[in-house]
Amino acid sequence: MNFKLRIWRQPGPLSEGGLVEYEAREISPDTSFLEMLDIVNDELTERGESPVAFDSDCREGICGTCSLTINGQAHGPQHPAAACQVYMRRFRDGETITIEPFRAKPFPLVRDLVIDRSSLDRIVQAGGFIAARAGSAPEANSIPVPKHNADIAMEAAACIGCGACAAACPNASAMLFTAAKVSHLAFLPQGAPERTRRVLKMVQQMDAEGFGNCTNTYECEAVCPAEISASFIAKLNREYALANLRIRSGD
Amino acid sequence: MIGKLDGRIPPGPLEQKWRNHKNNSRLVAPNNRRKFSIIVVGSGLAGGSAAATLGELGYRVKCFCYQDSARRAHSIAAQGGINAAKNYQNDGDSVFRLFYDTIKGGDFRSREANVYRLAEVSNLIIDQCVEQGVPFAREYSGLLANRSFGGAQVSRTFYARGQTGQQLLLGAYQALCRQITAGTVEMFPQTEMLDLVLVDGHAKGIITRDLRSGEIDRVAADAVVLATGGYGNVFFLSTNARGCNVTATYRAYKRGALFANPCFTQIHPTCIPVTNPHQSKLTLMSESLRNDGRVWVPKRKEDCPKPPNTIPDADRDYYLERKYPSFGNLAPRDIASRAAKEVCDEGRGVGPGGRGVYLDFADAIARLGQEAIQERYGNLFDIYEKITAENAYEIPMRIYPAVHYTMGGLWVDYNLMSNVPGLHVIGEANFSDHGANRLGASALMQGLADGYFVLPYTLPNYLAGQIGKRPSTDHPEFDRIEADVCARVKRLLDVNGNRTLTSFHRELGLLLWDKCGMARNATGLREALNKIPKLRKEFWTNVRVPGEGETYNQSLERAGRIADFLEFAELMCIDALERDESCGGHFREEHQTPDGEAQRDDEKFAAVFGWEYQGNGAIERPILHREPLHFETVELSQRSYK
Repeated sequence: MNFKLRIWRQPGPLSEGGLVEYEAREISPDTSFLEMLDIVNDELTERGESPVAFDSDCREGICGTCSLTINGQAHGPQHPAAACQVYMRRFRDGETITIEPFRAKPFPLVRDLVIDRSSLDRIVQAGGFIAARAGSAPEANSIPVPKHNADIAMEAAACIGCGACAAACPNASAMLFTAAKVSHLAFLPQGAPERTRRVLKMVQQMDAEGFGNCTNTYECEAVCPAEISASFIAKLNREYALANLRIRSGD
Repeated sequence: MIGKLDGRIPPGPLEQKWRNHKNNSRLVAPNNRRKFSIIVVGSGLAGGSAAATLGELGYRVKCFCYQDSARRAHSIAAQGGINAAKNYQNDGDSVFRLFYDTIKGGDFRSREANVYRLAEVSNLIIDQCVEQGVPFAREYSGLLANRSFGGAQVSRTFYARGQTGQQLLLGAYQALCRQITAGTVEMFPQTEMLDLVLVDGHAKGIITRDLRSGEIDRVAADAVVLATGGYGNVFFLSTNARGCNVTATYRAYKRGALFANPCFTQIHPTCIPVTNPHQSKLTLMSESLRNDGRVWVPKRKEDCPKPPNTIPDADRDYYLERKYPSFGNLAPRDIASRAAKEVCDEGRGVGPGGRGVYLDFADAIARLGQEAIQERYGNLFDIYEKITAENAYEIPMRIYPAVHYTMGGLWVDYNLMSNVPGLHVIGEANFSDHGANRLGASALMQGLADGYFVLPYTLPNYLAGQIGKRPSTDHPEFDRIEADVCARVKRLLDVNGNRTLTSFHRELGLLLWDKCGMARNATGLREALNKIPKLRKEFWTNVRVPGEGETYNQSLERAGRIADFLEFAELMCIDALERDESCGGHFREEHQTPDGEAQRDDEKFAAVFGWEYQGNGAIERPILHREPLHFETVELSQRSYK
């Protein structure tokens, strides 16, 4: 298969960027999208041009490193899938494919298609954990967790932290990301002691990073490679309201 | 010169060694801990849990990872589960049985004391992870669920869907985040360790490169902990993440740390077969699938091209069930992989290129219903469909072995310290617990055991004598090593030849897969040892690394890693040639039993091989140091899963 590529090139955070056209020739349909870019990069290197910088690591959809906007969609045309799980058989022979980085103000661009997502780390650092010192945990089966709750917690915990939710959102909101972590820990009895503090701190950090608010467009859910449900945002809102209530009532 | 290798195994009966050792270990008082600075390289299960735990204890920790976030370390891709001897299923499990299965699974090439300790702390890990909020699978009672894994006859594996590694890593990552906020851990993402700095023979610092800015930096500390994972990517195609590399451990080896058993690599039996020449990585299908999937190939070659569903049961060869009736499809990884290779070598493989076998769920779906299978393995079936565009609920999966894990690593003693004082190595990066073959669901166990429950107890044995000995980064050794690192970066950029990095890496990988892969023999290994130096020479005269050193340069990152693989591959082949026996994943074709199983030679080879780097500029043959393995509790036997 042959493709015409329009790829965002930008040497650094402060330089000007733009779309540059390239060609990908004789690509087998079984090639993954990132392998197609590998081939293009090898050709660029052989021609003495600078290869396109893009992020990837596990290439099986779990590490959350890849962060491409393909034809205007975060992670591309296949749902649910991370960009690394998209195969060229998804595209038409001869198609023009536009490749850009995830775009959101709290994700400053590093180079070409690579962005800085440390803002997401800082949201977790603000409170997305349970303080469990090694050595002081009770016996694992001493606190039964209803299967239903454990299953919901797992659904939320499946978030891969890629940031596609914020990239797809017209408000660049990271509510789905934050909601997933808040919900995961709120559905488990172990998360109860820090529940109030956690949600307040995480939401505060999310705002401080410059992420916007949720206006229910559901773009986040549509592009999420881990199929995190937008209903967790409702859970986040409830947790946040309850936490504020508890604080106000002096609890 | 290194003297006799001493694993410093504590005296006393096996069950009391760890307890006695903890009682006799030195301590660092809480008010002194903040005076110690500790470098942790790597933020996976081992590094992340170690950094968080050491920070919690009050040490000043600096944690480095090449990924853009600590949460992306490759432990995240582990699917199946984590073992522990909880015996929640009441099916006869115990610490001793987990110990025995692990040491037998490793084909009696690991230390009894280390493995016993691992089994002992396994239960604490489950407690710890549940408390952190790891959403393990549960039964309707609300209690924890288990499943079975290869090489065991009890059900002792805890799991979180097919994403256990992800959930355990996020647990460790969140603990790490908490310490970052508390100010005890400083995190350096996108930062690669390029060399180790020794001062008066002690590991006291590292040289790093900031991958974003290209800046080379010096970091001094009181001790260095390497948790940098395995070297499976030396084969080019493996289930490892693209960035996984041998650089940190190999650089430490070149500075004097012994590399132990580098030829012990694990080929995982259930991966999605290679389909195209530009493939960049292989994807694992969890071993847990073998709980319900049946592995088969057609009995007759002629049937191979036929659609699998048209081949009647009588014409199928369920070869694992046939050859290993008591373990069946749950035979250990090395054995299942070799069996797959054998049937494909006979011409009975299926799929493109004839390199594949079926993993068939039809019986399980008929017995339990599609919904039950979907609940257990849904995400794995989805991954399979994304890659192959085939629906495995309807037609059997095709699988083939692929490089997955490396049992070899830097040599460490019982304290997890290498022969270089101060240099500690944990997780996959060390050699210590899995012998010649790792059992499924044991990597997660080892990584977390080392980080949460072993290193925090053993590190003070070194630190207690080191108060006030941290050098300044102005020390001449930092000057010298930094100059080496800068010269090497410049050399890579200056070659400016005609061949791409990928072409070198792929050529090296194919050569190793062929000569030092699932089966090895002396002739093939000598051939590889002849070819690798030539390829390395060509690399340094004809590789093209575009861009500059002082910027974000992904090609340069890869170039440094591939250059190290090109040296390390030689060490692997030397080790594989020297170990003139078959054991676990190291199958020397010259040594097999009449029915084709690995034939060990305990008299000559019940030992760890630790290699000491030699050479000044040019690479010379390393010196071999042997650590004999003493078995006081288990009896060495021919490993049988029949």
